[in-house]
Amino acid sequence: MATSEQASGGINAHPMDQFVIKPLFGGHDVGFLTITNQTLWLAIAVLLVVALMVLPMRNATLVPTRMQSAAELLYGFVRKMVVDILGEEGLKFFPYIFTLFIFILISNVAGLIPTSFTTTSHIAVTGVLAMSVFLTVTVIGFARHGIGFISLFWVKSAPTVALRLVLFFIELISYFVRPLSHSVRLAGNMMAGHAVLKVFAAFVPAMGLFGIIPIGAMTGIFALELLVACVQAYIFTILTCVYLNDALHMH
Amino acid sequence: MEGDLVNFALMGKYIGAGLATIGLGGAGIGVGHVAGNYLAGALRNPAAAAEQQATLFIGIAFAEALGIFSFLVALLLLFAV
Repeated sequence: MATSEQASGGINAHPMDQFVIKPLFGGHDVGFLTITNQTLWLAIAVLLVVALMVLPMRNATLVPTRMQSAAELLYGFVRKMVVDILGEEGLKFFPYIFTLFIFILISNVAGLIPTSFTTTSHIAVTGVLAMSVFLTVTVIGFARHGIGFISLFWVKSAPTVALRLVLFFIELISYFVRPLSHSVRLAGNMMAGHAVLKVFAAFVPAMGLFGIIPIGAMTGIFALELLVACVQAYIFTILTCVYLNDALHMH
Repeated sequence: MEGDLVNFALMGKYIGAGLATIGLGGAGIGVGHVAGNYLAGALRNPAAAAEQQATLFIGIAFAEALGIFSFLVALLLLFAV
């Protein structure tokens, strides 16, 4: 997204330079299979998921070890969320929802490591995740209810037919806008937070000895970013559940 | 003359992008409203607060979505027009 030509390190870096996708092994062209900082951190996120979720559960014991306990807590947290919103029959979709949650959570948090690259700050990544949710919901809705799924947009509780017609178009638009808001919410939150950190970082050398003030502020903002990273993963997952609930149970 | 026109269009683009961010204020009001009302309700009936936490986050997410659209308009003006 950033277009700064002299993407140099140091104190003159533009706050948006951190989001530039560059090939890791020389050259400037990004092709279909070029290994970039983006793909590297996507791969690291997947490896971290395996390291934190799969490996501790391989030799699972009745009395959990520390790593196993952490994995079980996350599992239980998402399972409860799915059961609360979708009911017991929603557990069919639990693997998908849990995968989304863990991948987004780990990508967000790994992006907070200094000098790392935040994959979820790119709409290309979150857009694919949101489109997959949108397509899943639409396909399941039509598979379950047939053409009757259209009645999701026909609000029967509205008093007159004229009002129902107006609401039909509003509901229709809000349905198709879902993947957009779903993906831009995550990408926008991650991007904005990281840009703010870089803007504050630029204040440090500019203020000389008083640079300790923005460093203190950055520590606070970093803690807030850690919260935002977790909350956005949670919100993405819970909205997936809400959308799936529309397809499973209508209203 | 040609350059003036280009600069004028560029100025309009940047002013428009800046104006689009005003929409985020509306999202701020909305999110504050949701969270404030949740807190007011939670203090009245703390026993029921925990199970409404999911609803709180869904409400915040929906209120925030409209602010995100203004952010999107700003981005489109800056990079796509």
